[in-house]
Amino acid sequence: MRFTWFNLMPWPYLPEDFREQNRSVWVDISGNLFDPVKGHALYNDYMDLLEYAGGVGFDGIGVNEHHQNGYGLMPSPNLIAAGLARRTDQCAIVVLGASIALYNPPLRVAEEFSMLDCLSGGRLVAGFPVGTSMDTNYCYGTIPGLTREKYAEAHELIRRAWAEREPFAFNGRYTKLRYVNLWPRPVQQPHPPIHIPGGGSLETFDFCIDHTYSYSYLSFGGYIRGKQLMDAYWDRVAQRNTPDTSPYRAGFAQFICVADTDSEAERLYAPHVHYFYNRCLHVYPGFADAPGYRTIKTIQKGVLSQYAPGSLFQEHPWKDLVENGHVIAGSPETVRQRMEELIEGLRVGNVFCLMQIGDMPKDKCMHSTRLFAEKVMPKLRHLFAEYAGDGRFWCHPLPKRAVPAEVRERPLVDA
Amino acid sequence: MELKTINTHRVPVRYYEGGEGPPLVFLHGAGGLVMDLQFLDQLARRFHVYAPLVPGYGDSEECPELRDMLDFTLHTWDVVDALGVRNPILAGFSMGGMIAGEMAALAPHDVARLALIAPAGLWLDEHPIPDIFAMLPYDLPKVLFYDEVAGAQAMTAGMDLGDPKFLQAFLVENARQLGAAGKILFPIPERGLAGRLYRIRAKTLLIWGESDKLIAPAYARAFQNAIADAEVVMIPQAGHLVPFEKTAEVVAALSRLV
Repeated sequence: MRFTWFNLMPWPYLPEDFREQNRSVWVDISGNLFDPVKGHALYNDYMDLLEYAGGVGFDGIGVNEHHQNGYGLMPSPNLIAAGLARRTDQCAIVVLGASIALYNPPLRVAEEFSMLDCLSGGRLVAGFPVGTSMDTNYCYGTIPGLTREKYAEAHELIRRAWAEREPFAFNGRYTKLRYVNLWPRPVQQPHPPIHIPGGGSLETFDFCIDHTYSYSYLSFGGYIRGKQLMDAYWDRVAQRNTPDTSPYRAGFAQFICVADTDSEAERLYAPHVHYFYNRCLHVYPGFADAPGYRTIKTIQKGVLSQYAPGSLFQEHPWKDLVENGHVIAGSPETVRQRMEELIEGLRVGNVFCLMQIGDMPKDKCMHSTRLFAEKVMPKLRHLFAEYAGDGRFWCHPLPKRAVPAEVRERPLVDA
Repeated sequence: MELKTINTHRVPVRYYEGGEGPPLVFLHGAGGLVMDLQFLDQLARRFHVYAPLVPGYGDSEECPELRDMLDFTLHTWDVVDALGVRNPILAGFSMGGMIAGEMAALAPHDVARLALIAPAGLWLDEHPIPDIFAMLPYDLPKVLFYDEVAGAQAMTAGMDLGDPKFLQAFLVENARQLGAAGKILFPIPERGLAGRLYRIRAKTLLIWGESDKLIAPAYARAFQNAIADAEVVMIPQAGHLVPFEKTAEVVAALSRLV
C-alpha cells in the first residue's frame, strides 16, 4: 500500500456568508478575500504539515494545481514541491500534477519535473492531469473542444523529451520547437512514474491503460459514491485485456479524520469538514463543464462533473457525511475498518489521504495525521501483499541522497 | 425551406434551401438555426436562401479538423462553392456574422453584398461581451432578448432540465454545438477580424437590435468605422436575437440590399 498525505491548501478565512455573497469559490472569487500577510503564514503552515506527514511514515506527500481557487492555493505545485524536496528525505514527492496542456511550451513541465527529480534524488511521482474545466478553460483560456488534443500533444512532447538524448525537432500543432533538448534530465529512467488524475472520462481510462499510468480519482464524494466510477475503470481494464490488474494501477482521494474516539472525531473535526463542503465547494455550476470539454461519448455514459448542478452536497449533517463515506472519521479502529472497505472495495493501491480539511488548524491536523500514521496505516500495510513488488507506479529514489547542508562559510583553501 | 445535405472537402454539410430571388447565404449564430426558421421563411419570399449548419449543429456531422478561424472561413467558402452559388449576398448573425465578415475580408471580390446582423468578431474593452459559455440555460434570455419573457418562452419550450434524459440530450447538443462554436468564440469572441475588415469591398449592412445586451450597439459603430462602405440599421425594441424579435424589420432591411 502507498499512502500519500495530500494537501489541497484551502484558504481558511472565507467568511461565514461566503455562499450568499459570492457566486463561486473558483474562477471569479473576489481578490478582496485574499490577504497576503495571512497567506505568508498559511503557506508556511501548510508546508510544515506536508513535511510533518513525510516524517511520520507516509509514503508520499502530495500537491496539485489549481487556479483562481479558494480551496486550492497552488497555481504552481512545483514551487511547493521544490520546497518540500529540501526539507524531507524519505517520502515521495507526489505532484498530482502539472496541467501539461497549460504550459507554453509544455516542455516546461518536463524541465521542472526533471529538476524536482534531481533535487529530491529520484523521489518524484509525476502527475499529468487534463485539468478541470474551471482551471483549464475558464481560468487559463484553453478552448474546450481542443483541450484533449492539446493535452495529447503536450504528453507526446514531454515523453519524447525525457526519452531522447539528442536534440530533436518537434512539429506539433500547438507547439513547434526546432531544438528540443532537455536539460536537466530526471534521475528516474526512463521517466518518473506517472499518475493521471481523472474524473471519469473514458478516454482517460484508456490513456492510463495504454501507457501503464496509474489512474487516480480525486473526488470529494468519498469512497461509497466513488465505487461506481472505479468499477467502471476496472471493467475497462478487464475489457482491454490489460496484462494485469495490479491495484497500483489505481488511486483514490479520501477525506480522513482520526481521533481517539468516534465522538471525539466529530467534536474536533466536524466544523472544518462543514467549512469545506459548505464554503469551499461553492462552485458556480456554469464553470463546471465548458461545452466541448467533455467528449460526447463520456456525456452519453452519464459522467458529469462533480461540480455540475445537483452534484454538490451541502448542509449535510456530520452523521450523513460519515455514513455516506464522504469522510472517513472516527477512532483509529473505525477508520481502519472503513479504510479497508475503501481499499478493497475500490481496489486501489494508492490512497491520497486528505487530512487537512477546510479551515482545520495545524494542531488538530497534526493530531489526526499522527494517529493515522501510528494506529491505522500499519494495520493496512498487509493489503495487496501479492503486488508488493510492483514498482511501476512508484518512485525509485537514489540509494545515496544528498542532504541540505548547514550553511556555514569555511576558510577558503587556495591551492 | 427544405433540409438537405451537400458534400464538401472535409465533411457532409446540412443546409436549408428555399425561396426565389437573388442568392443569399445565411450563416447562423452560436445557438444554431432553431430560433431563425421563421425568419428564413420570410427571407425566402425575396431571396433564394441557403442556410448551412456549422458541422456539429443540429443533426449534422462534426468536423474536428475545423480548429481555427481560417478553417471555419475556408470551410464556409467550400460550402458556398459546393452549392454552386456565385457572388452571393452573404448574411450572418452573431457568430455567423463573424464568419461572414472573415469570408468577405478573405475573398472581397466574391461577395455581392454583405449583411452582418449583430456580428461577433470584435472586442471593445469598454463593452465586454458576456461569457455565454459560462451561462446557465435559464440565464441566457436576459442577455439575448429585448422581451425577456417572450424570448424565454420561445427558447425553453419543451425544455425540462430536471429530467435526466432531457438533460443528457441537452448536454450532448451543447457539447456538439457550443463545442464547435468555442473554437472561434472561446474565451474571447475575437480572432483578429479588426485587422482584416479594411479588405471588405462589398456594400455592407450592419443590422443591430438597439437593446442588444450581448454584443452592445457600440460594436455597430466599430464595424462601420472599419468597413469602407457600411450602413447601420438600428432596430428599436430588439435585443441580440433581432431576426427573431423583429423578423419583418430585418427582412425589410435586407431587401434594400438588392
